[in-house]
Amino acid sequence: MNGTVIATAGLRKAYGAVRAVDGIDLDVRAGDVYGFLGANGSGKTTTVRMLLGLVLPTSGTVEVLGRPIPKAGREVLPRVGALIEGPAAYPHLSASANLSLMDAAGPGGARRGRRQRIAEVLDQVGLGGVGKRQVRGFSLGMRQRLGLAGALLRRPDLLILDEPTNGLDPQGIHEIRTLLLDLNRTGTTVFLSSHLLAEIEQLATRVGVLDRGRMVLQDDLATLTAPTGATVVRTPDPARAVRELGDRVLSADGERLVVRGSEPAEVNAVLVGAGVPVSGLALDRPTLEDVVLAAAAGSGDRVPVGTTVSGAAA
Amino acid sequence: MIGVELRKLFRRPRTWITIALLNALPVLVAVLLKVTDLAPRPGEGPAFLSAVLTNGTLYPLAALAIVLPLFLPIAVAVVAGDAVAGEAQGGTLRYLLARPAGRTRLLVAKLVAVIAFVLVTVVIVAAVGYVVGTALFEVQSLGATTGISGTSLTPEQVAGRTLLSIGYITVSMLGVAAFALFFSTLTDSPQLATLGALAVLIGSSLLFTLDAASDIAPYLPTRYWLSFVDFFREPILWRNITRGLGLQAVYVVVLLGAAWANFTTKDVTS
Ligand SMILES: Nc1ncnc2c1ncn2[C@@H]1O[C@H](COP(=O)(O)OP(=O)(O)O)[C@@H](O)[C@H]1O
Ligand SMILES: [Mg+2]
Repeated sequence: MNGTVIATAGLRKAYGAVRAVDGIDLDVRAGDVYGFLGANGSGKTTTVRMLLGLVLPTSGTVEVLGRPIPKAGREVLPRVGALIEGPAAYPHLSASANLSLMDAAGPGGARRGRRQRIAEVLDQVGLGGVGKRQVRGFSLGMRQRLGLAGALLRRPDLLILDEPTNGLDPQGIHEIRTLLLDLNRTGTTVFLSSHLLAEIEQLATRVGVLDRGRMVLQDDLATLTAPTGATVVRTPDPARAVRELGDRVLSADGERLVVRGSEPAEVNAVLVGAGVPVSGLALDRPTLEDVVLAAAAGSGDRVPVGTTVSGAAA
Repeated sequence: MIGVELRKLFRRPRTWITIALLNALPVLVAVLLKVTDLAPRPGEGPAFLSAVLTNGTLYPLAALAIVLPLFLPIAVAVVAGDAVAGEAQGGTLRYLLARPAGRTRLLVAKLVAVIAFVLVTVVIVAAVGYVVGTALFEVQSLGATTGISGTSLTPEQVAGRTLLSIGYITVSMLGVAAFALFFSTLTDSPQLATLGALAVLIGSSLLFTLDAASDIAPYLPTRYWLSFVDFFREPILWRNITRGLGLQAVYVVVLLGAAWANFTTKDVTS
């Protein structure tokens, strides 16, 4: 698989006066783990629904796997696995009966081999032992795993996962992360939305940041967190270090100094030469949090007094 | 897709509980008749009930006449109202459509499942009625049985016309089903969709009794429901039966068209 997997152009969705998604140009490429980051209410789920043809855009276009959505949905969506705003299942049926119904409900779910495929995905998400149990008795975490099993059932080329780790415990989150990275390694493109910065930072190779319906940032994680050209020095004697380095010190925060110069070894040589003890040394890189805070202005569901609803979404 | 919907409907405990409850009333009535021996006089009470004491094979028709005004349409409204809105409320609609099930296909499959439910329910009511009727009441094995208005019908004729009635009653329920299905595409609440269809049903029944509404009476969805008794005249009185079938067809076509137009263009935000 090559090239672009998801491309939107000027994608907009307005619910009355609320601009839920306000002109975004997604660019997800084959092999990406694309992290779609945004505060609650910033428009992630609305975007996901438009990618899957559930919500029709007010304006703009969507292409998934090279074909237009919703027009070519019948052709494209069998190759896409999705988790949309939490899992859903028929509570009075077992986990495998639920998967079986979903499989039979669309194209490309041949009856032959279905049982086998269901057993495989249930194992994959760690529900192998409870496939015959009614979903009614499942915990939120188990339901989330079942939803993921449904998304994986047809070995999709693209996974679109809206907040996939909601309701999972740390152990579960770790398992899912490992599973997604494994799938990605074997060629699955993963589009992952989350309001959790750490989650995106740990998983994504490419990041898009949504702020109140607008994309404020879209780039490779490596580029976003590339070295700034400065060096971070830790020293128990910051005062002397500052004296030695003079105006090369860009900022000082306790024992942590940021020093101009992209060669930590060179900075180290200067300090050690002057007899200043050095306890830590690293290239200065912005964290994803720094980048996001610089790009986005505030929390999506904060509506200050005096702002209208449409104003808040603008 | 149709298979999926049928599996969902008939593997759901609620479906069978509904059918069981629906059968409770005719069975109770049969037992009361047997115990008290007090059949309504001809022309009073539900159709056919006056005749069952002397001929138990008419009890399937009496059972259908008992559930027809209220129980059966309520059951149909519950199932059809749940069709789309129930999936929306449970969150499974978005997964079906992202699968992709196809909106038109899903709607057609839902419709077929609802029709199957009506047919199965009507057949079961008739079958239970037959078992109860022949067990509790006299059965005339040979010779002529008495239909309504003194018409004489052979047992074979009764059987054939009972089958026709089952078909007619099934079709009569499709108008209610179409209302409920249409409402089901408008809201994410199955209860609201069911209530909407029941409101139509009750409104229609009420207007039917009102002289002031006599001009619109021929177009009310419940107008020709009881016309299945016309199968038991000799010869069969087709006029109201064909009108009833035509009227239901119009309701079904118009409402399903509206349901389709709405469902295929709406945002699924449930
Ligand atoms: N069906 C809807 N009707 C009206 N407004 C909606 C609807 N769905 C979402 N919104 C609004 O659109 C914005 C984006 O919501 P959403 O896409 O769910 O964000 P996220 O998934 O990032 O939390 C919010 O302001 C929300 O209130
Ligand atoms: Mg969301």
